Amino acid sequence: MCTSIVEIVDASGAGKTGDGWIDLTHAVVSYDHPHHALLEEAITIDFVNSALAPGARVAVELTLETGKALRDALTRAIAAADKEEAERHRAT
Amino acid sequence: MAYEGMIAETVRITGHNGDPVSAYVARPLGAGPFPGMVLIHHMPGWDEWYRECTRRFAHHGYATISHNLYERFGEGKADDVAAKARAAGGVADDQMIGDTEAAVQFLRRQLWHNGKVGLFGTCSGGRQTFLFACKQKSIDCAVELWGGRVVQDDLTEKQPVSPNTLTAGLSCPLLGLFGNEDRSPTPEQVDQHEAELKKAGKNYEFHRYDGAGHGFFYYDRPNYRIEQALDGWQKVWAFCEKHLSK
Repeated sequence: MCTSIVEIVDASGAGKTGDGWIDLTHAVVSYDHPHHALLEEAITIDFVNSALAPGARVAVELTLETGKALRDALTRAIAAADKEEAERHRAT
Repeated sequence: MAYEGMIAETVRITGHNGDPVSAYVARPLGAGPFPGMVLIHHMPGWDEWYRECTRRFAHHGYATISHNLYERFGEGKADDVAAKARAAGGVADDQMIGDTEAAVQFLRRQLWHNGKVGLFGTCSGGRQTFLFACKQKSIDCAVELWGGRVVQDDLTEKQPVSPNTLTAGLSCPLLGLFGNEDRSPTPEQVDQHEAELKKAGKNYEFHRYDGAGHGFFYYDRPNYRIEQALDGWQKVWAFCEKHLSK
C-alpha cells in the first residue's frame, strides 16, 4: 500500500465477472497502483463478494478525471432516481 | 562455452504462526555454494514481475526465494489477490516478519547455500525490507527500493510503528534507491530516512535519481526509466557482491 487511500462500502446488487454473475457484498474504492491501466496511480473500483475467492471481483482502473466524471454522473443519476421514486410514492 | 542452467519452482514453507506459505525459488544448477536472496514482493502482489526478478537474481548467481505475503487472502490471479489484500489494509507487519524469517531460514538450511542472505524489496516491499532489517538479525544486507511509508504518519493496527523510528536497530548494511519525482516516499521523507541512519551511525548507501518517480525498475509500467533502472541494477549487483560473497 503506497498511498493507503481505500474506501469500502457495503454493496447490494450483482456484478458480472469473467465467470458469470455474482452477488455483491462490498465496493472498494482506492487510489493506488493499477495493474493494467498505463497510469502511475488510478482510481480503482472493485465490486466484490468478500465471502468468495479473490477472483469474485468486477474491477475497473480509471484516470482521476474519469473518476470525477463518474462521481458527477452518479450524482445526477441518483438525483433523478430520487425524484422518480418520490413521484411514484405520491401517486400511490 | 561454460554450461549454464537454472531451476525455478514453487515450494511450501512454514510461515508465521505455522501457516503454510507458497514461495518461488530459483537458483543456478550445481552444488554451489550460492549466496542467498529473499525478495519481498510489492503491493501489486506475488506477480509475474517478481517471478522474473527471482530468476534474474538466480541468473546472477544467487539462490533466490520470493514468498507470497498474500497467501492468506486465498488463491487466484495476482491482481485479484492483491485487490483483496488492499481491501483488508494489507498484511500485518508481524505476520510479514514471520513469513520472511521463514524464507530466510529456508535458504539457510540448504546444502547449496553459502551462509549469506540478502533481502530485497520494492514499493511496500521496500518498507517491509527496511522494517525486517531493523527488527531481525538474520540477514547480511538489505536492498530497499523506493520504500513507501518508511516514514509513516498513518499508523494502523496492522502497521503500528513507523519503520523510521526503529532505525537504531538496523542490523546490516543497507542500499536504498529512490526516484526524486516519487510521492511515496517523497524526497523529503527520504531526507528524514537518511537523517535517522546518519544519526544512528549506520552503514548505508542511498542513490537518488532525477527524472524517475515510483517504481522506475518496472519495465511493464509507464514509470519505467531505462537509464536510471540500468544504473540502479548495477548498484544492486555491486552491493550484493560486496556483502554476500564468501
